[in-house]
Amino acid sequence: MADRKMKMRTRMQDGHVELQVLIAHPMETGLRTDKNTQQKVPPHFIQKVTVEHNGKPVVTMSLGTGISEDPLLGFRFKNAKNGDKLKVSWSDNMGESGSLEGVVDLS
Amino acid sequence: MTQTPRRTFLKGTLAGGALVLAAASGWLVPRRVEAAEWNKDAFGAKKLEEAIQALYGTAAHTPSGSIKLKAPAQAENSAQVQIQVTAELPNVESIAVLVEKNPNPLLALVNVTGAEPYLSARMKMAQTSDVYVIVKSGGKLYSAKQNIKVTVGGCGG
Repeated sequence: MADRKMKMRTRMQDGHVELQVLIAHPMETGLRTDKNTQQKVPPHFIQKVTVEHNGKPVVTMSLGTGISEDPLLGFRFKNAKNGDKLKVSWSDNMGESGSLEGVVDLS
Repeated sequence: MTQTPRRTFLKGTLAGGALVLAAASGWLVPRRVEAAEWNKDAFGAKKLEEAIQALYGTAAHTPSGSIKLKAPAQAENSAQVQIQVTAELPNVESIAVLVEKNPNPLLALVNVTGAEPYLSARMKMAQTSDVYVIVKSGGKLYSAKQNIKVTVGGCGG
């Protein structure tokens, strides 16, 4: 299993604390054909992303194949402040999963 | 000697029978919880209406000016189209993003009950199409749409 790198950052945007998450993932639709082998590339994409804010799940997201490769997702929080704990977890259709923890850092 | 296996067998069938009964009576059938489980029917749907129907049980939605959809009018790269959705409606439960002419229109369903009704993402587009955002707020469905042009050949037009 390939190593799926994740990155997150927080910033103030339009008066809200915004979290941006990048997950390195191929997001294969299952419709693409491999040019070398002429075989259909099987679908492989993230299906679920959840975001926890101070241990409480605040966002649950279901994804389809139409989300771009290496998804960059943005969410905004209610009542978030510096130092708040964040955790983002994902899982895909092939049973892979990953998570990343961080804190709100608006400096 | 022969008694024990038969007894276990009987117990097994009884328990199994009870399970089947429970399933049939709707006991074990999970309630439709939006975004809690990956909705296979909705994400596998080939038509816009089918996807909305599979998600919410109805395809009726009202256009709303309170949903802000920020996306380019013309996509320079159809594999990376940046969109930003803000729903200025009270009690937003979920936001769904659909591209009408994609092979599978439903892109994402976000349950935002604990966060601001906002989402940004990058999406793939097969061709020029209307992009729909369906927001569930207070049990009702509201929508916004925008046409995004995709230039075949990727010259950015």
